[in-house]
Amino acid sequence: MSNYDPVEVTPLHADEMARMQAEALEAVTAARDLDELKQVRLAHAGDRSPIALANREIGVLPPAARAEAGKRVGGARKAIADALAERQAQLEAERDERVLVEETVDVTLPWDRLPRGARHPLTTLQERIADAFVAMGYEVAEGPELEGEWFNFDALNISPDHPARSEHDTFFVESADSGKVLRTQTSPVQIRALLSRELPVYVISPGKVFRTDELDATHTPVFHQIEGLAVDEGLTMAHLKGTLDRFAEVMFGTGISTRFRPNYFPFTEPSAEMDLKCFVCRGASAVPGNPHCRTCKSEGWIEWGGCGMVNPRVLVACGVDPDRYSGFAFGMGVERTLMFRHNAEDMRDMVEGDARFTLPFGMEV
Amino acid sequence: MKVPLSWLREYVDLPAVTAHEIADRLTAAGLKLEAITSHGHDVKNVVVGEVLSVEELEGFKKPIRHCQVEVGEAAPRQIVCGATNFTAGDRVPVVLPGGVLPGGFEVGARKTYGRMSEGMICSERELGLGDDHGGIMLLPADTPIGADVVELLGLREDVIELEITPDIGYALSVRGVAREVATAFGVAFRDPADLSPPAETGPSHPASIADPTACDRFVLRAVRGFDPHAPSPFWMRARLTRAGMRPVSLAVDVTNYVMLELGQPLHAFDAAKLSGEIVVRRAEPGETLETLDHVVRALHPEDVLITDASGAIAMAGTMGGLHTEISDDSTDIVIEAAHFAPSGIARMSRRHNLVSEASKRFERGVDRELPLYASWRAARLLAELGGGTIQPGVTCAEAEVEPVRIAIPSGHPGRVAGMRYDRQTVIRRLEQVGCTVTEGAEEAEAADGLAARLAVTGADMLTVVPPSWRPDLTDPNDLAEEVIRLEGYENLPSVLPAAPAGAGLTEGQRLRRRVGRALAAAGYVEVLAYPFMGERDLDRLQLPEGDARRRTVRLANPLSEDEPLMRTTLLPGLLKTLVRNAGRGAGDVALFETGLVYRPGADAPATAPVLGVERRPTDEELASIEAALPAQPRRVAVVLAGEFARSGWWGKGAPATWADAVEAARTVAREAGVVLEVRADRHEPWHPGRCAALYAGETLVGHAGELHPRVVEAYGLPPRTCAMELELTRLEAALPGPVETPAISAYPVATQDVALIVDAAVPVAEVEAALREGAGALLETIRLFDVYAGVQVGEGNKSLAYTLRFRAPDRTLTVEETTAARDAAVALAGERTGARLRGA
Repeated sequence: MSNYDPVEVTPLHADEMARMQAEALEAVTAARDLDELKQVRLAHAGDRSPIALANREIGVLPPAARAEAGKRVGGARKAIADALAERQAQLEAERDERVLVEETVDVTLPWDRLPRGARHPLTTLQERIADAFVAMGYEVAEGPELEGEWFNFDALNISPDHPARSEHDTFFVESADSGKVLRTQTSPVQIRALLSRELPVYVISPGKVFRTDELDATHTPVFHQIEGLAVDEGLTMAHLKGTLDRFAEVMFGTGISTRFRPNYFPFTEPSAEMDLKCFVCRGASAVPGNPHCRTCKSEGWIEWGGCGMVNPRVLVACGVDPDRYSGFAFGMGVERTLMFRHNAEDMRDMVEGDARFTLPFGMEV
Repeated sequence: MKVPLSWLREYVDLPAVTAHEIADRLTAAGLKLEAITSHGHDVKNVVVGEVLSVEELEGFKKPIRHCQVEVGEAAPRQIVCGATNFTAGDRVPVVLPGGVLPGGFEVGARKTYGRMSEGMICSERELGLGDDHGGIMLLPADTPIGADVVELLGLREDVIELEITPDIGYALSVRGVAREVATAFGVAFRDPADLSPPAETGPSHPASIADPTACDRFVLRAVRGFDPHAPSPFWMRARLTRAGMRPVSLAVDVTNYVMLELGQPLHAFDAAKLSGEIVVRRAEPGETLETLDHVVRALHPEDVLITDASGAIAMAGTMGGLHTEISDDSTDIVIEAAHFAPSGIARMSRRHNLVSEASKRFERGVDRELPLYASWRAARLLAELGGGTIQPGVTCAEAEVEPVRIAIPSGHPGRVAGMRYDRQTVIRRLEQVGCTVTEGAEEAEAADGLAARLAVTGADMLTVVPPSWRPDLTDPNDLAEEVIRLEGYENLPSVLPAAPAGAGLTEGQRLRRRVGRALAAAGYVEVLAYPFMGERDLDRLQLPEGDARRRTVRLANPLSEDEPLMRTTLLPGLLKTLVRNAGRGAGDVALFETGLVYRPGADAPATAPVLGVERRPTDEELASIEAALPAQPRRVAVVLAGEFARSGWWGKGAPATWADAVEAARTVAREAGVVLEVRADRHEPWHPGRCAALYAGETLVGHAGELHPRVVEAYGLPPRTCAMELELTRLEAALPGPVETPAISAYPVATQDVALIVDAAVPVAEVEAALREGAGALLETIRLFDVYAGVQVGEGNKSLAYTLRFRAPDRTLTVEETTAARDAAVALAGERTGARLRGA
């Protein structure tokens, strides 16, 4: 240090500084990967790098020269650091690109390791219908499937000798005069609801029913109905119509309504057959010249179910005063609804339990 | 009911409307259109011809004739014909070349059997008039030659077929339908029963009613000197055919024709075969009758019979006896027209499984006033067409019947409909139906009874007496329906009522939906099998004698004799469905079903009483029905076979095992918020070493596992099929209510692993329960991560490796604390199950 010339510090010369910077930048550019760049960083920006060593010399300069030299060194270091950062980012991006490409998989491979399940559309259709009425304030009522004859027939004003009774094709429990049958309709639940609930009563009752029909494309001895009952003061046929119109809209969309035709059921008086306006062609196919509609067979309307005002005799059998209370009831076949709503053409498919029939319906119908 | 429109038009001044328009109006009035059949619209160029000469052609296998036929043209036509029932001079229907017969059958001029044939001489069947193909149709000698046969014979006819509901028997007649059509179109109606039989003094034949509950009116008229060979006129046969009945003979055709027209079933007896007084009575024990269909019927004491001195001669209103039947040589005829009790006929018809046109009408209600008129109409037709003479006198036995009177406020129909009908409309509509309406109402007499309970009160009372042909009108609402339907259902307003707020689904109903979703999400497909089974199923399931599932409900009239029982378990239906799926090529099947099983109680009464309906039954009466019904709990079951987790490009899958079946039960229980306790069990139809009993607390709720190999074999199931069945009704009872929110600790977890050696027979569930209890409140989770059996743990032993995770709600646990908890767990497991630390 004795021969040290405080004025003549070579590394701090502008030329020298420019050379060091240029060398460094060249090395940065030349670095081909992150490892080389790490070496470049050590060599040109590390503690032992020429520029770091030069920086130490600033202290020996006369105070007047220090500011300028400091500026020069600072500028060079920043330029090198910026170049390093830029190259670092560039090389990382290149590496990522390469590595993630190497990890590429075929995302179109199947992955059906776990079995798929589904609920039966007759179950979920009953739920959907019930939900439409629950939203209107109804509750879901239930009853036994093996039922007393009194509940299934007599209390519903189907007297033993009435032809309507023999039309029911009833399964009798042995012996034939046991007074027990497989219910032929969900209507006995009406009786149970009226006997057990406080008035007013607004209930919907889905369930399994039985008739001695052989299984074919349009008949099955075990099928499902869903039935509604409302008993209150002042209920009218207009209320029945309003309720079913609302239901039709909920199930099939705005503008779909119902139509009544006179019919006969022992447990309602007056009684009506209920048709649904075709939700596919909206009645257009019934006009000659328009395209055929497979859903309504170009009739414009679809037969959906029966309904009517609860026969006052039914109210009397349940201890309800018909001079004060009136009610309406309605019912429809769930299989039939599934058939026209989903173009299901063969009832046997609903019965046989082939998973291929049920799977497409998933969790909700 | 098939109604030819020409018949209808006889009694209604119908405007020019199509059959479809008529059918639409009738449908709107409650007589629903089944089908419209058009006859003869395609027929053309059929004219009346006179056969001028007949030349028999020789040398053919059958008789062939070459005829000259005058058809009113410039020259006669020559026609070849194979029929032989006509001669020169007969007038016959002829279809000319270019003409068309029913069914679009075109006729031309052609050469046949060596001669030209310009058209065809027609039989009745060729003209679309019934089945008669015995020969050429012969027309009366004065039929004008060249006349259009279509017009002449009324070949063009539309027939409306209506579905008649069981309440309106009157519509099973042209008379009833005509009345409805007239009302629907607002035009005049001429009642075909509006006849004036002469006032008679004496009876035509001695008769009496012995049981007025079976018959309240019984009329006989006699016709003598009838020509048994007189044919039925063409128009009558045509109408009967169009209406769906087969022409038989004049006497039978007349009774059928009058029945179709008026709705009154009639019966014709051969007077020569009757002996003594005719009595309407119930059958006597042991009595039999051979009916028209040659069946000897053993009669039931409740059967309603027509009898004479010789015994039964007819089942009233159902079918006549063979012995007194009209035959080819009957010249003296006794016509019976009666009004029988609907229930009497209904029961008899059902007992003998014998439904006739007559019984159908009597069951549904026949006009009580018709017998006098209908019998007169029939007698007149027999006399006119069959050359007989009506004998003076009519037998008319009858019992008094009080007419029905119904009192309603004039506003009642409007109150039922939810719209206003003015008073005049209500009265007019009721009168159109045939009711007599008077103002005011008598004071109600008996304050009790069904009629009193059905009574409707209000201002402006009307008293309504329904017509004799409407026995279905008995209650105030019956009258309301008449007014509303005639005013048009299509005019009803649509008003949504405000129902009171409901409580939504019950917990049980929600649970069922969750269970369905959870099982479907776990890979099971829902099926809805028939709830029937046979003894054979119980055997296939290997159920031992005395098993509760062998106590079943049997159907009196099962669809299949193989499956007369109501299921006591869901498994037979599911297993058969699994076999069906496997048979259709599905190797991996997982199915579930929820539904009722039917479990009769051991000492349940055999019969459920059928109670009255004129009041609410007492609670005791209702309970007596319930007591006779079987318990009907709801169950859920799964069956599975093949691979449950599938093999694939990722590697091997996993076959369906007993463990999947048990897990399905846990899936169900989880939805109920219940943790199942699983215990080893032996229970058919499961494999005795792979059967789990499932408990909710101390309640047994079901079983799961692999099926017994013999069950697999008996049903033809895939090997190692597994199943689970669980009683949802019992789970519903165990629903724990709202979940208690757990406290979530943010302090660190401390983990300890332990490996225990126990006797191989010790159930894992017991070891785990002991560890859990012994570890105390600091234990957060416990998980079995390895089970090992082998030489290193000794013969007859197994090693269970557990990870125990501890955590405290309020502090970081020290090693000493967690070790102490672990040691306590191991100690309790040791005490309870003989478990010891591996390596210790």
